[in-house]
Amino acid sequence: MNTTTSTSKPAGGRAADNQAEKDRWLRLYRQMTRIRLFEEQVNELYTRALMPGLAHLYSGEEAVAVGICEALHVDDYITSTHRGHGHCLAKGATPDRMFAELLGKEAGYCRGKGGSMHIADPATGNLGANAIVGGSVGIATGAAFAAKRLGNGRVAVCFFGEGALGQGSLYEVMNLAQLWKLPVIYVCENNLYCEYTHFSETTAGTILGRATAFGLEAAKVDGQDVRAVNEVAERLVKRARAGDGPSFLEADTYRYSGHHVGDINREYYRAKQEEQHWRSERDPIKLLADWLHGQGHADAAALEQITAAARSEMEAAVKFAIGSPYPSVDQVEEDVYA
Amino acid sequence: MPERAMPERELTFAQAVREALAEEMRRDSRVCIFGEDVAEAGTPFKVLSGLVEEFGADRVLDTPISEAGFTGVGVGAAMTGLRPVVDIMFGDFLTLTMDQMVNQAAKAHYMSGGHWNVPMVMRTTLGATRRSAAQHSQSLHAWFSHVPGLKVALPSTPYDAKGLLKTAIRDENPVVFFEDKMMYKLKGHVPADDYTIPLGVADVKRVGEDITLVATSSMVQVALGAADMLAKEGISAEVVDPRTTWPLDEKTIIESAKKTSRVIVIDEGYERYGVTAELAAVIAEGAFYDLDAPVKRMGAMHVPIPFSPPLEDVTVPTEETVAEVARKLCNKS
Repeated sequence: MNTTTSTSKPAGGRAADNQAEKDRWLRLYRQMTRIRLFEEQVNELYTRALMPGLAHLYSGEEAVAVGICEALHVDDYITSTHRGHGHCLAKGATPDRMFAELLGKEAGYCRGKGGSMHIADPATGNLGANAIVGGSVGIATGAAFAAKRLGNGRVAVCFFGEGALGQGSLYEVMNLAQLWKLPVIYVCENNLYCEYTHFSETTAGTILGRATAFGLEAAKVDGQDVRAVNEVAERLVKRARAGDGPSFLEADTYRYSGHHVGDINREYYRAKQEEQHWRSERDPIKLLADWLHGQGHADAAALEQITAAARSEMEAAVKFAIGSPYPSVDQVEEDVYA
Repeated sequence: MPERAMPERELTFAQAVREALAEEMRRDSRVCIFGEDVAEAGTPFKVLSGLVEEFGADRVLDTPISEAGFTGVGVGAAMTGLRPVVDIMFGDFLTLTMDQMVNQAAKAHYMSGGHWNVPMVMRTTLGATRRSAAQHSQSLHAWFSHVPGLKVALPSTPYDAKGLLKTAIRDENPVVFFEDKMMYKLKGHVPADDYTIPLGVADVKRVGEDITLVATSSMVQVALGAADMLAKEGISAEVVDPRTTWPLDEKTIIESAKKTSRVIVIDEGYERYGVTAELAAVIAEGAFYDLDAPVKRMGAMHVPIPFSPPLEDVTVPTEETVAEVARKLCNKS
């Protein structure tokens, strides 16, 4: 049986490693905090009607993107989803150009042509967030195919929600990836809800069983525990780079907000007590903070400093985006063709 | 020494396609092919025979029967440094690739603000009259011509097939390349040299004075046959082949329409909301005051392609039906 369930282990002993380890966990703390505060600003922009379109917040799921992208190199590839701000930031996007894109400004990552659901950035290996559920599974697999063929040692991570388990193309490409031993990791972020429907109503059998059927290495992890996510990600990335083929990771997580910012009244599909439970007991940032305290890696003041710096960064980024110009209308026909 | 004229080298349409692929694969190691039965089998039409032997199984790859999956793999591979040629055996199977082509390949460049490119070619087929019934006979190129971000090539001769395919492979954009299944054995002059044909340049396949036949792909040979018949009756038909439906060489088409003042547009796709409708609109907008008759459209009938030969044969334009419509337009019927 090639499935495993991971939980994080206590940090190991050697003093020489200790500082590096501590820096690493603090970096993860910082990244998760940045994503949380980025999304708070998005919520604010949206509710103040400054942001056009739709906003799908990643709050609550930060440990998945951060734990996995920590295991990647800058030139490794990711594909993201409509709920993609966290993936983009974790892979190295800067919030100023992201906010500019969210507001449809020329300084945005896509020069205002993509918006929240389509942030893409070759400089950080981001092949693009995708607004078709499951729409990027082929692209990620193709990037892994190119990496293998070109021998550049890169791996591709395909992020998708459990809703994408309903798309047949996922099974087509997992089959191909295993046949061709491609360096791709399929990361299923199971936040329990396909829009407004609990995944148990849409998912027969087991989630991991869908990957093991094709012989993929498959693992399940507590997606609120960033150390556990990172540990399993390091292992899956290493085996992909070594030429051992594709793998599948189910990360159990939770979407704090509605499907999108406008999804306010959610009682018909999930209880407020459930949301409260995840926020108070299973929050990835709080869980890591508690662990950092317990290990003596950081006190409350140190963590508050990280939060304050991230808040300033996000506020400055929003200010930049609001002050940036829209693209001129003569750009509308640019970039249809390369 | 007296000059000795070299005999013109002839290849079949299938050989011309294969030569284009082989030349580009020799020229550029990033070019690879995948699809169903493309390697040892060389496709059911034997278009790719010999390529896996020359270029190896890591550049000519058989896939499972998963059109959506391997088309998506093509898109991702194109974005990250390869130049895939994805093979969709029958044009009818394009339906299975639509999300990858329409929502992914066509939009990646624009949606990313010009940061990602998708230099991919999708080779596929079109055309009826092969007694293959409704799911193996359609000509669906209009669907792709409709979508911004895609280019669509429709070669009608072995010469054009080689030159257009080489250009398509070198293009930075997704190009859908339609080959008429019935034309694979058609022979024609194909130079051995490395030539390319730009996308978006029509070719006047026959010069004429009285009527213009704008025809695509399989219908070019039909139009040329009709022109031969008409010539014997004193009607001089010009045959214009756009060669690509996007980009579209509107200028050449409109100039010919202005010159002859009568036009039939002929395309094997369904006539309703199809390529013929677009071409007729282009001509009406560009040459209305020079026309002596309304532009006439001829495409596939608005029925699923039937199996039974006598039924199938009436669903698509033929030399006879084109000639008949031309006579009427020229008031010579």
